[in-house]
Amino acid sequence: MEMVLQSLVSGLLIGGLYAILGIGMTLIMGVLKIINLAHGQILMVSMYITWTLWYYLGIDPYLSIFISVPVIFFLAEAISKYLLNPLIEKESILPENQVLMTVGIGMVLVELARSIFTSDYRSVRTAYSDKVWHLGKISISFPLFVAFAFSLVLTAAMFYLLMKTDLGRSIRAASQDKIAATLMGISSEKITIFTYGLGSALIAAAGSVFLPVYYLYPDVGPLFTIKAFVITILGGMGSTIGAIAGGLVLGIAETFGATYISQGYRDAFGLFIFLVVLVFLPGGLKRFTKV
Amino acid sequence: MSFLVLENLTKAFGGLVAVNKVSLEVKEGEIFGLIGPNGSGKTTIFNLINQYYSVTSGKIYFRGIEITSKKTFEIARLGIGRTFQKVRPLKRLTVEENVMAAAFARETSFEGARKVASEVIDFCNLTEVKYFRAGSLPIAGRKRLEIAKALATRPSLLLLDETAAGLNPSELDEAIEIIKKIRSQLGITIIIVEHIMKVIMNISDRIHAIAFGSTITEGSPKEVAAHPTVIEAYLGTDETLQGGFNA
Amino acid sequence: MKDINLKFFTITKYEQIIILLTIIIPLLFYDSPYMQGLFIFIMMWVVLGSSWNLLAGYTGQVSFGHAAYFGIGAYAAGLPFMHWGISPWWGLLTGGITAVVLGYLLGIVVFKLRGPYFALGTLATAEILRIIFGQEEWLTNGHNGILYVTTWVDKYPYYFIIWAIALATVFSVKALMKSKAGFYFLSIREDEDAAKAIGINTHKYKNISMAVSTFWAGTAGAFYMIYMGFIDPEVVFALHNISIITILVGIIGGVGTIWGPAVGAIIMVLVQELFRSAFFGLAPQWISKVHALVFGLLVIFVILYMAGGVVGDWDLIVKKFRKFRLKKATK
Repeated sequence: MEMVLQSLVSGLLIGGLYAILGIGMTLIMGVLKIINLAHGQILMVSMYITWTLWYYLGIDPYLSIFISVPVIFFLAEAISKYLLNPLIEKESILPENQVLMTVGIGMVLVELARSIFTSDYRSVRTAYSDKVWHLGKISISFPLFVAFAFSLVLTAAMFYLLMKTDLGRSIRAASQDKIAATLMGISSEKITIFTYGLGSALIAAAGSVFLPVYYLYPDVGPLFTIKAFVITILGGMGSTIGAIAGGLVLGIAETFGATYISQGYRDAFGLFIFLVVLVFLPGGLKRFTKV
Repeated sequence: MSFLVLENLTKAFGGLVAVNKVSLEVKEGEIFGLIGPNGSGKTTIFNLINQYYSVTSGKIYFRGIEITSKKTFEIARLGIGRTFQKVRPLKRLTVEENVMAAAFARETSFEGARKVASEVIDFCNLTEVKYFRAGSLPIAGRKRLEIAKALATRPSLLLLDETAAGLNPSELDEAIEIIKKIRSQLGITIIIVEHIMKVIMNISDRIHAIAFGSTITEGSPKEVAAHPTVIEAYLGTDETLQGGFNA
Repeated sequence: MKDINLKFFTITKYEQIIILLTIIIPLLFYDSPYMQGLFIFIMMWVVLGSSWNLLAGYTGQVSFGHAAYFGIGAYAAGLPFMHWGISPWWGLLTGGITAVVLGYLLGIVVFKLRGPYFALGTLATAEILRIIFGQEEWLTNGHNGILYVTTWVDKYPYYFIIWAIALATVFSVKALMKSKAGFYFLSIREDEDAAKAIGINTHKYKNISMAVSTFWAGTAGAFYMIYMGFIDPEVVFALHNISIITILVGIIGGVGTIWGPAVGAIIMVLVQELFRSAFFGLAPQWISKVHALVFGLLVIFVILYMAGGVVGDWDLIVKKFRKFRLKKATK
């Protein structure tokens, strides 16, 4: 029983982390209609920014959000404006050209990181890195808890932004029908650029919060990219609530799978769920929540 | 034996009934017109005949065989060709390659397909643009390419979906000529969906009118044009019969 | 030199020159294992790129998981050796077939998906295989991999084996694209629904394309086992180093062209190697660190400015170059 509870708690906490990844991806997929295969790589860049600030200037990872987020936001806007948007007009044999572009971008980011920081593993050691709270026999890791709480706040903020503000309404309009949105006076170009920036800023924040929990190396990205699209498909493309649900489901599935089936298969559970959802439940959990 | 029979054909998308118990019979060798206002379910009927959509209820027989649950490609092989209202050429292939791809439905060799394609291309007055990329054709050319592709599969029944829409008067005459030629020279039965009254009244032997997914009337062009509900249905949209005749 | 007309395809005189060059040049570097190794890798990527190109470039099914077939081919050669001592050389026969079987089975799932979902589905299947092959140690020896003492020390015999496989791959694609199947592949790529309306059994032809594609990918995998003498799941099922690089090779050379992937393979290997070796020691050493970065930038450049790849946009490139020379001349 304790083991079940412990797995559930750990799963929920990790799921909270995943939810931020998922929201960023679901926004981008919903509006740009592309799979952003540079997602995890952008997270990786944010982690290196955070690590550098901590290593050289001693800035706490949680504080460096205020630097990593705006930096990544503008970087992503530039990527979207100069590398992704120009492809919309271009005729190409494969319709997946933008997706392939994100592969190229991801590769460049990884190799840049490798040439600057080498392939060594890095991590941030803070006073709270190993801090654990005990609730009866259940232990809760402090950094994981902070990340979870932070993701809740961020999710609430995103939800408010999307549902209650004009900007959010424009984004939602663009994700539902680009042409109609354009006719209503929303510049679809501006919205796509902004959305890519916003989605990336979210994972930038995630990067800073993840750093006390995860090791950092240039190739860390793809792991998160894959998790992000698993969550997005699971939750339903373009759905914020779906992304949160997807994140939690993935987190819990992984933890339970790792505890009761096999630790080595941890990363395979999500992929398996993902295939099942793609084939048997197109539209994901969104079908049930309708948000 | 009837050539094509629709029996109480019904299609519902969720709660919306797009086609409601439509029954009709097409005889071999005729040109059969299908008219109705926008959104009345004409294209849906085509999509049901060639099984893009699965039928909710009702049956379809082609030459006495039930085809209600066959696959789209099987129906094409049985001899039902169709064109699309929104033309769908294989854009990056040449006109010849487009038609060849269709010709392979009956031919296995490269040369055989090429020969069929060449005949069909001549038939549809596309010879001059044979080696052009399909994506570069103007709309009239694309519409004729649609017909050519359908013909290259050697159909015995051809479904033409708004082949004349968007054409100027001289292109329109050319299109009508080709449609008439398809029957007179190739002996292919045709069902035609058309908005332009000039075309449909001119070439159809019989016309079936529908509105909101249900049958209004069926008969010769004259009878149908005189039917009060048809007139009303058309006056309800901005295309009046009169306007149509003048176009 | 004249074009040679065979039953299913023509070998043009340019292609004959290419074939001759791919025999002569490696023979010139007879005593350089380093250069031989490069040529072998180029040919391996020709096989992978061309096989991917048939499925993605010609049939429109953009696979992000070709490592699955490469990997299963490698293990089809390696596993019987590990368990029963059967020579991995049999893999050249069984690797491709095993990959076809796997492709068919995975196809049942991934062909239900379209466009970007197909891409994600194939990516996921390859990743799942990578994890399974890493975990089931009783079957695969897990991450310790499979070791085999290679048959020859010299590299040139290996070169001619992979050379033959590469030629077979390219010309099988060429022959297919001249046939009914080729027209059907293109029709499916351009518009799957319209393809059905002209009587194409799209499901069947997607599977045919998949079968040929996976056959060659699996054969390349088996060759890798024989040639390298070592495989482990992280290498042969690699997402980036196999699946993604395969795609990039296709894109740089030109998707949907016969010789595009071959050109892409040459560019990919040469660019990386020139930088890795710091232009054979002529450039400052730090350049060797950025070899993969340069390739990534090249990919971005190609997608932005030459969507058809080097072969696909060749006419455009020549035109630009002429204009450039004209400008220079008039100055």
